[in-house]
Amino acid sequence: MSLTRNDSAVRIVHVYPNLLGTYGDAGNAIVLRGRLHLRGLPVELIAVEPGQALPREGDVYLLGGGEDAKQTAAVQMLRADGSLVAAAGRGAAVLGICAGYQLLGTTFLGVGGVPTEGLGLLDVTTGRLERRAVGNILARAAEGGLGADGAPLPELIGFENHGGATTLGAQALPLGVVEIGVGNGGGENGTAGAGRRTEGAVQGAVFGTYLHGPVLALNPDLADAILARVAGPLPPLDDSLVEALRQHRREHVLPATERSTRARSVLRLLGRRDSAPSGAAATLSRR
Amino acid sequence: MTKAPVLTDQDAPRRAAPRSLRTQVALGAGRVVGGLSRRLGRGSGVVVRGRVALALDPTVLSTLASGRRTAVVTGTNGKSTTTRLLAAALGGPVATNATGANMGPGILSALDDSPSLLAVLEADELHVPSVMRQTRPEVVVALNLTRDQLDRTHEVSRTAQVWGRAFADRPGVVVVANAADPHVVDAAEQGRPVWVDPGLRWTEDASVCPRCGAVLDWVEDPDGGPARWSSVCGFAMPTADYVLTPGGVRLPDGEELAFSLLLPGEVNRGNAIFALAAAAALGVDAREAARRVAGVRVVDGRYATLDLGGRSARLLLAKNPAGWAAALSMVSGDAVMAIGINARIADGTDTSWLWDVPFERLAGRVVGATGDRRFDLAVRLHYAGATPIVEEDPVRLAHRLPAGPMVVAANYTAFREMRRYVAGELDR
Repeated sequence: MSLTRNDSAVRIVHVYPNLLGTYGDAGNAIVLRGRLHLRGLPVELIAVEPGQALPREGDVYLLGGGEDAKQTAAVQMLRADGSLVAAAGRGAAVLGICAGYQLLGTTFLGVGGVPTEGLGLLDVTTGRLERRAVGNILARAAEGGLGADGAPLPELIGFENHGGATTLGAQALPLGVVEIGVGNGGGENGTAGAGRRTEGAVQGAVFGTYLHGPVLALNPDLADAILARVAGPLPPLDDSLVEALRQHRREHVLPATERSTRARSVLRLLGRRDSAPSGAAATLSRR
Repeated sequence: MTKAPVLTDQDAPRRAAPRSLRTQVALGAGRVVGGLSRRLGRGSGVVVRGRVALALDPTVLSTLASGRRTAVVTGTNGKSTTTRLLAAALGGPVATNATGANMGPGILSALDDSPSLLAVLEADELHVPSVMRQTRPEVVVALNLTRDQLDRTHEVSRTAQVWGRAFADRPGVVVVANAADPHVVDAAEQGRPVWVDPGLRWTEDASVCPRCGAVLDWVEDPDGGPARWSSVCGFAMPTADYVLTPGGVRLPDGEELAFSLLLPGEVNRGNAIFALAAAAALGVDAREAARRVAGVRVVDGRYATLDLGGRSARLLLAKNPAGWAAALSMVSGDAVMAIGINARIADGTDTSWLWDVPFERLAGRVVGATGDRRFDLAVRLHYAGATPIVEEDPVRLAHRLPAGPMVVAANYTAFREMRRYVAGELDR
């Protein structure tokens, strides 16, 4: 981790890892650095803690998940600092996870559920889910072709742990369509037709997702899609270990998640008379 | 406070409460069900036995605890080891939940099994208030508070608030507390704190001040000691009464007491001085306590020797990033490491935490990856610069790894499965 500028290196800026780093999201920085390093490309990883100024000339900015108070503190500091918004404006790639995703949007619920202004780099707003989403998640890549030469990415795999319901505006596209799990949440604007729910958002080179795992460790094609935006086309890497991991998730972990989700929703239906969540009641009365 | 080499029944300040018929029936029923569960091969029966007894008589735990001198040990990491060390430090028979069943039912079984008037009880962090209410301890050891299982994490700051209220509700309780952990200090000031500086620092979960929310300032000690923390609001690391030194511990009277341990690692030397401080608070001479903790070798399977198809290995348990950092620091440079990772309910089902562990310390080494989530681990090791050998069967893995002294580190349920390879009797 060096602050000396190397003009040919890809500069990855890890934003406030001690504030936004509760769920292993520091791994995204390790993965991006590793994937450039393994290809013999120069890379500079700069971790910036609160109190330090963000570099303006970064190529990729990473923001992880964190608790409400830390999320609110982070957005205030980032707005005062200004460098992240400026860098995104000139085309730098930005990836926000969970709380980091929400604060890239226009509004989110901060400390005590108070609507709080985000950085506005993604056309998304975040409210609250009725029930916290905790579990493994599988999302089919959305249309739009983020992969090399416009090819669609392979399915996104991760672990979600959030209470946010994120609604996409007209300028943001979803990253994926949820097969197992919750993702952006079930609001009408969070669906992708036929009741399918979406996951994450992308707008230019700004990416947001609820996926921990970390997301770039489990989804190397997404990692390379982000790197390709700032470093150009990249030669392939041997990803056989992570392919084995993805196969294990698909064949063993995710089916168990799906079974337990189904069992829980059956139990919820049976218990609904006593414990209709307020949101469901509101939906019924609107009809 | 008297300094007695061994605490005896005469030191007990109260007499045990007489047991009602209901209490006796509840305990009897618990023992029967627990024995049945054990004979059916459903585990030790310790927890189900306590549950049955508590269901029949909710006051049974406080009845069993009355008349005893009790110390409660809690924290994210080091609970079981410190409990074991403190029980040893007191000398003589002690009622203690040595198998790590650290909520009401497990504690109940431990107390029911031992008539000793001394009790050393490990308590789950979030069960501290109820355990304290029912067992009325004289001393609580508060080790540390760090992030644990991510999929059902309770924010560290919230746990600290729970502790603070529990300490305030029991005026006079001595809290043997980690001065280097801001959250622990915040809570311990609600009791009568005895400050311990265990040397090692884990700053990842202590970035902001628990009092004012400002970013904490960690400053290196000018004398070369570990860093000290402070906040702009004035909240700062207290001066420790017991300080880990390179050769031993500096006692409150300023004297330096040398001690050695059979348990490996700096982190266990830190745990040992918590035990010495708690033993001293209960009236045991620190020198005598230091002699007693030196002989502890195995803690409920931790540090035990495994026999993996003829290859021996030492077994370590680690359950969260801070625990893993501690486990990695116990592994010498020439050791060959195998790591077992599961993600069952008891472990937490999210493996993202693997990326918060400094596995980069293993860069350049061949490392075994086993357990249900061996592929998650292998990818993490790969990016850390190590060469993973992925193998489901621990015996086959032992034979595929390079020569050298072998260490197996595993998280909770993977550790439990590894214990089947323990050579000889488990130390209790």
